[in-house]
Amino acid sequence: MKNIRNFCIIAHIDHGKSTLADRLLETTGAISERDYQNQVLDDMDLERERGITIKSHAIQMDYKQEGQDYVLNLIDTPGHVDFSYEVSRAIAACEGALLVVDATQGIQAQTISNLYLAIDHNLTIIPVLNKIDMDAAMIEEVKDQIVDLLGCDREEIIEASAKTGFGIDRILVEIVNKIPAPKGDPEAPLQALIFDSLYNSFRGVIAYFRIFNGSISKGDHVKFNATGMEYHADEVGILRLKQEPRNAVFTGDVGYIISGIKSSKEVQVGDTITHVGDPCKQAIEGFRPVKPMVFAGIYPTDADDYEELRNSLERLKLNDASLSFEPEASAALGFGFRCGFLGLLHMEIIQERLDREFDMNVINTVPNVSYKVFTNKGDVLDVYNPSGLPEPNYIEHIEEPYITANIITKAEYIGPIIKLCMDKRGTLKNQVYLTTDRIELTADIPLGEIVFDFYDKLKSISKGYASFDYHPIGYQNADLVKLDILLNGEIVDALSALITRNNAYEFGRKFCEKLKEFIPRQQYDVAIQAAIGAKIIARETVKAVRKDVTAKCYGGDITRKRKLLEKQKKGKKRMRQIGNVEVPQKAFLAVLKLDS
Amino acid sequence: MAGIYLHIPFCKSKCPYCNFFSVASLKSVNEFLGALYLEINSQKDYLDDQEVKTIYFGGGTPSLLKLSEINGILEKIRTVFSVGKAAEITLEANPDDITAEHLQEWLKAGINRLSIGIQSFNDADLKYLRRIHTGEQAERSIRLALDHGFSDLSVDFIYGIPTLSDRAFAFNLEKVVALKVPHISAYSLTIEPKTLMDVMIRKNQLPGPEEEQSVSQFLFLMQYLGSNNYEHYEISNFCLPGSYSKHNSSYWKGDHYLGLGPSAHSFNGVSRQWNISSINQYSGLIDAGKPHFETELLTPIQLYNEYVMVSLRTMWGAGLDHIQTAFGEGVASYFRSRATQHINNNEMHENAGLFRLTDKGKLFADKISSDLFLDND
Ligand SMILES: Nc1nc2c(ncn2[C@@H]2O[C@H](COP(=O)(O)OP(=O)(O)OP(=O)(O)O)[C@@H](O)[C@H]2O)c(=O)[nH]1
Ligand code: SF4
Ligand SMILES: [Mg+2]
Repeated sequence: MKNIRNFCIIAHIDHGKSTLADRLLETTGAISERDYQNQVLDDMDLERERGITIKSHAIQMDYKQEGQDYVLNLIDTPGHVDFSYEVSRAIAACEGALLVVDATQGIQAQTISNLYLAIDHNLTIIPVLNKIDMDAAMIEEVKDQIVDLLGCDREEIIEASAKTGFGIDRILVEIVNKIPAPKGDPEAPLQALIFDSLYNSFRGVIAYFRIFNGSISKGDHVKFNATGMEYHADEVGILRLKQEPRNAVFTGDVGYIISGIKSSKEVQVGDTITHVGDPCKQAIEGFRPVKPMVFAGIYPTDADDYEELRNSLERLKLNDASLSFEPEASAALGFGFRCGFLGLLHMEIIQERLDREFDMNVINTVPNVSYKVFTNKGDVLDVYNPSGLPEPNYIEHIEEPYITANIITKAEYIGPIIKLCMDKRGTLKNQVYLTTDRIELTADIPLGEIVFDFYDKLKSISKGYASFDYHPIGYQNADLVKLDILLNGEIVDALSALITRNNAYEFGRKFCEKLKEFIPRQQYDVAIQAAIGAKIIARETVKAVRKDVTAKCYGGDITRKRKLLEKQKKGKKRMRQIGNVEVPQKAFLAVLKLDS
Repeated sequence: MAGIYLHIPFCKSKCPYCNFFSVASLKSVNEFLGALYLEINSQKDYLDDQEVKTIYFGGGTPSLLKLSEINGILEKIRTVFSVGKAAEITLEANPDDITAEHLQEWLKAGINRLSIGIQSFNDADLKYLRRIHTGEQAERSIRLALDHGFSDLSVDFIYGIPTLSDRAFAFNLEKVVALKVPHISAYSLTIEPKTLMDVMIRKNQLPGPEEEQSVSQFLFLMQYLGSNNYEHYEISNFCLPGSYSKHNSSYWKGDHYLGLGPSAHSFNGVSRQWNISSINQYSGLIDAGKPHFETELLTPIQLYNEYVMVSLRTMWGAGLDHIQTAFGEGVASYFRSRATQHINNNEMHENAGLFRLTDKGKLFADKISSDLFLDND
């Protein structure tokens, strides 16, 4: 056990974590040349296509130093804000962290927030200055920043290039020398923390754990503490590039268990595994449940797939503990789920994963944050669904969640960034020069404004240089309205949105315009209206089709025309009937993509 | 009973709205004819020795062919297939090719039906369509054809042209009705994708057709010809009692037909095939003895869909008995139940098991038939 090291790699997005992991795996021989590809741990198609890490990924390496054999358990983590829950769970399974900083970018917002997560868990931090091979690297300047942030010695910072492999040997040496071996009592009752899980269509539920005390062997009779369910460990093993079965996994190690778990609900990330015969006295402190930031309805495009969608969500939740959902119903879309996400990227990823991994086509409704509604009876309601908003005459007042945003930027972009914060109804709190040309800006902004396109706008006005992190700071008064969309006078509940009055007009107008583009002409005029209560604030009309008949249908036309009409019929099947109006699924998607 | 369609892929100039396969040059006529003769030989079994009741020279502009060429083709067909004595033999002709001399030649060759591409008597429309004849020529060609004894005469019109006022359209129809032309085809101007006209309209170089105009002209067309004793026997086809195009009707009644020449389509009851749309490749493949067409074997569902699509366009309608015999009880009841809402909508009506479109339904024939379709998968 004294030769085990558990560490994670943390950093701001794109600073080179996964590439650094490649080098470590390569140097220790954990991956063969045949298996090698860039960012090998980003094994989801979605990660490879987008070039970002979405899931933490654990992998074990063997390493020899001064005649001693070491086992290194590495966890690569994502950098995007929406996935910080992945980082926090990885941290709980480690004693150390490589804090990677891109030498061309310096300390960024998630460098800081992820570092604090690690320090909170008493992890040993090894600072790595990455990408020093690049011309734009500002080696001395960024070292200054790191020294300021960590209070470490300049010499402790390892210069590295995950691209060329420079510095990798030193990183390995320091992992062994600086990061403490796991503590724990191999003889004590089993105590293993589940930090991740996933559903495999052949093997069922697979849980990943870190053993803090005791050991687990194949065939053991084990209990999951929170659910109280008992199982036989059909297979236990360690996580290499593939799962490798072992007879036993010991204290300090990271491994997996397959145990004939029937339902996805039986496994909770953060739960403790112990032996039925010799249980541990206390469960390990699990993870704080994450609070979703954004809510949206998810509906199967084919109403018959509702149960299938529930199954898929449950299975997806195994692998993404930050996803939450509960059933809801919509007159327009039928049965579906109101889901909570950590951000818009998270929402997008969930939708993509449902499609790719579970073959579930879904429609998303307009996302919103959660509001506090104070009724004149004195109740306080959490409202995260437009249909949950009481009638105006029952409402005393409404409050919306605010966050404090920490933005780090080059000084030259400060003007437009301040303007962006103001446009998003923010209040500037503080502005400090970190160095002569780097500023940290603090502002309080309604979360509802952040979840839409704040991040994208910030990136684009700062040419990618500004980074941003945020944390909730409570609720403040809001002038909230429910914006309804009506098709031929009928409210499309799935398109209703909770939105501040100021934004409602522009949003409503864009909404109608967009819908007009996507609703095909029908046999009668279709009126598209946006309304607040009884007040119509925008209107578009889709003119009726007056005829739909091909002029010529002779011998040479029949095949082509039949195929065309068959295709039309297919397209129509994908439409939703709302009142007397047929709405194609892509209209919902287009409306969702509105960048208001 | 079977038909033969000949695609003559030559025109004097290309009309910008046209998406038929044809070239604006006569230089490969001989290459084409050589290949056509070989194709006739190679397809001799396609019609299973059924008697050929109709032959149709279409295109393209078949009136560009010389008498000897027409004679040659017909002779060749007669030696390979059994052509009925009273076979309907139609030639499509453009007004500018119609001269007394030509008419006499065609009669001699055995052509007994003429279909003239009039389009309009109004020069502004002809200019918009970039046709090379004038309104006057158009009118003269009809009189000349009638005078020469082509009593089985058909004229083509196009309506919904931006330059065509309602009054001018009525005038077009009044004129042929007065001349007692027995058969009239009238097509709503359709902008086919990727044609020159499509491009020009999208670039705002040419005004496009207005739906409202083509709807009102279609409604007028039905009403006016109806009140003048013409039968509306297919969406775009009208005739005095009995003067149907036998050849075209065979497409709509599921008869077998053999299409010869580049881009021509054939149907033998179970499969459709279509020749390659290039004179060069057509003749090259035929010379080399390689397949010059693609084939699609139709599934029962596709056959049903085609039946619904095509039969509903005609005054004979879709027959429940036929659907039941050809496709089974289940399909028949599916059809009947789907049809109900269209009957309620006054788009269809039923009479003794025959389902037909109402005038309102005719405006939406495509939508209705696709609604009655079965899913392929
Ligand atoms: N020149 C150079 N490029 C590097 C280096 N390290 C990483 N990169 C590049 O930087 C980009 C981001 O690298 P990743 O390893 O995917 O970064 P990451 O931190 O894992 O990103 P997320 O997981 O999305 O947060 C890729 O294009 C890498 O090729 C380096 O040392 N030098
Ligand atoms: S003459 Fe007829 S076939 Fe030739 S281009 Fe014009 S419309 Fe097309
Ligand atoms: Mg990564």
